[in-house]
Amino acid sequence: MYKIVEKRKLNPTVTLMEIEAPEIARKAEPGQFIILRVDEDGERIPLTVADFDREKGTVTIIFQIVGASTITLGELNVGEYVRDFVGPLGVPTKTENLKKVAIVGGGVGCAIAYPIAKKLHSNGCTVHSIIGFRNKELVILEDEFKAVSEKSIIMTDDGSYGKKGVVTVALKELIESGEEYDEVITIGPLIMMKYVAALTKEYGIKTTVSMNTIMIDGTGMCGGCRLTVGGETKFACVDGPDFDGHKVDFDEAIDRSRMYENFEVEKREDSCKLYDLEVR
Amino acid sequence: MRNMSLKKNEMPLQEPNARKKNFLEVATGYTEEQAVDEAKRCLDCKHKPCIDGCPVRIEIPEFIQKVIDKDFEEAYQIIAKSSSLPAVCGRVCPQEIQCEQKCVRGFKGEPVGIGRLERFVADWHFKNMDTEVEKPKPNGHKVAVIGAGPAGLTCAGDLAKKGYDVTVFEALHEAGGVLVYGIPEFRLPISVVQKEIDTLRDLGVKIETNMVIGKVLSIDELFEEKGFEAVFIGTGAGLPRFMNIPGENLKGVYSANEFLTRVNLMKAYEKGAKTPVQRAKSVAVVGGGNVAMDAARSALRLGAEKVYIVYRRSEAELPARLEEVEHAKEEGIIFKLLTNPVEILADENKFVKGIKCVEMELGEPDSSGRRRPIVKENSEFVIDVDSVIMAIGTSPNPLIKATTKGLETENWGGIIVEEKTGKTSKEHVYAGGDAVTGAATVILAMGAGKDAAAAIDEEIQKRNKK
Repeated sequence: MYKIVEKRKLNPTVTLMEIEAPEIARKAEPGQFIILRVDEDGERIPLTVADFDREKGTVTIIFQIVGASTITLGELNVGEYVRDFVGPLGVPTKTENLKKVAIVGGGVGCAIAYPIAKKLHSNGCTVHSIIGFRNKELVILEDEFKAVSEKSIIMTDDGSYGKKGVVTVALKELIESGEEYDEVITIGPLIMMKYVAALTKEYGIKTTVSMNTIMIDGTGMCGGCRLTVGGETKFACVDGPDFDGHKVDFDEAIDRSRMYENFEVEKREDSCKLYDLEVR
Repeated sequence: MRNMSLKKNEMPLQEPNARKKNFLEVATGYTEEQAVDEAKRCLDCKHKPCIDGCPVRIEIPEFIQKVIDKDFEEAYQIIAKSSSLPAVCGRVCPQEIQCEQKCVRGFKGEPVGIGRLERFVADWHFKNMDTEVEKPKPNGHKVAVIGAGPAGLTCAGDLAKKGYDVTVFEALHEAGGVLVYGIPEFRLPISVVQKEIDTLRDLGVKIETNMVIGKVLSIDELFEEKGFEAVFIGTGAGLPRFMNIPGENLKGVYSANEFLTRVNLMKAYEKGAKTPVQRAKSVAVVGGGNVAMDAARSALRLGAEKVYIVYRRSEAELPARLEEVEHAKEEGIIFKLLTNPVEILADENKFVKGIKCVEMELGEPDSSGRRRPIVKENSEFVIDVDSVIMAIGTSPNPLIKATTKGLETENWGGIIVEEKTGKTSKEHVYAGGDAVTGAATVILAMGAGKDAAAAIDEEIQKRNKK
């Protein structure tokens, strides 16, 4: 059992939790992930590490409520426990020897992008961050990104905050204005990463994407997380989650992410009805 | 009175038509009368060839004699001296190529149903005895075991019985390894595995779940920081193989590992389960081993109307246990033998809609001694399915190797060990089971765990005498 020591709602659907897991906190690095199970019959949910505190022995996760399991997780409070918490899994993001990097985050993906930005910044790397959201209400980690970035740009789809438009618009502007990046690191919805990678390919800028796929064990056992990278099958859980964005077959990955769409909708409807009853 | 019947007492089974719709155990087990009657078929012969056929060398005739005397608890204690998981082995061992193959009764007629008797005795014990296991006197030495599967649990059990302070580290949220994620409920109920594991806990074995060794702690840290004096690696062969044919990444294509883990460990077969699994109408399972049979029969129980086993050799070469093949056939699994997939076909939404295969014929024997399958020309055909499960084998997980300096492995990933002791190239580190051999059987893994436990004990005792 792993204790929840802090909980904060970052926006109406995104919640931050700090969880006591000293062994994992000791080893975790930006870009790695954990898998948790809320309760006895819960599903295994992979979540990227959003932060960690080695001294306090805690790992921070930031999650969006998308299905039955994340609804249950979101209902837990400080002092309560999640049943299982395992990690750190996957390969850490490579942050060494970079002088200037653009970090492009989208939605809840910004939660994962942030520790990488922070680490780069502490390494003395120049960080430009572009973070995109659907609207003002959904903006998260604005101050955090500002604190670790030389330039930080917020984009919203509807223009209700920051600049109006998608993240690639801002990234293109920066590149066109003469900014030269060693690397672009992008984390967010698959479709966003696909377009970011397509843009940077035109300019020949190395681009790392973080693939958040369907998986069960997270140790290379199920193969559910497989994707095609440069024509080869890779497992996101052990070979990634970071991959060369110019080599990932995004169309296949997007397609595979929809495997259980119908199941998720059913579950969400089931839970939401229950949820409604409880709140009433 | 000896029972000279040429046939074994038949195992009571659920009717095929009933069982293919549920996940309850297929074989319901001998009654006391049947067990005693079967035990009387044993000639209690002098040279006891059956024991040589058992990888953990259970005193088979001795326990069978106790069954005749209806002293079932004593029979259990005799088995338990050699096996840490009797209720499991009685169910999943390939007895036909082990103890029962050597049984003299098999020269004329069927051998003694040793596996069925073992299962009966273990089940009887768990049902009727509630004895406290006597905790062995601690000897003050700490051993770590990585992986709570058959090899690791056996090694842990044997060491605990000798007084070692044993901690088993398991990556998943539940102990049992392949016994809980791979072998389905209808063949090996989770409650049976749970009882065996509880027995180990009573012996003093500590099991830490959610611990991925190599990630959260390295083997070196187990020695340096945690004070373990020896480490046993029993991490199995968890990495699924694919065929590398077009269409393998379509929606509806599973590795058997993923499919079975969803169904067994995550209980996706239960109504209201939180982990999804596709409930396909028509399923092709590629492969001919026990895992393929398990996947096919699970798919049937999830509601599939047609389930095919697609296997490139002929029936004689099917690596699965005979009983599993028979049970699968009785349940209506369709065997497409001498058939090999070449492509998986997609519908407009990138879900599986069929599997394109070619017919094969058997040529000259290959290095494995089995006749090599050769493609028949112009024999392509399509089986309409909406799901494909790849059960063509697994390799050892590379995680430990990648994170442990000085641990030598074969090119294909198997950890290199000294035979009989399981000693690896790294000091005080032992290994056994599928992590060493590649995918094999539960009992062979247990045998390796047992050998390693003896070697670890010897090493630690020797080290401390000096």
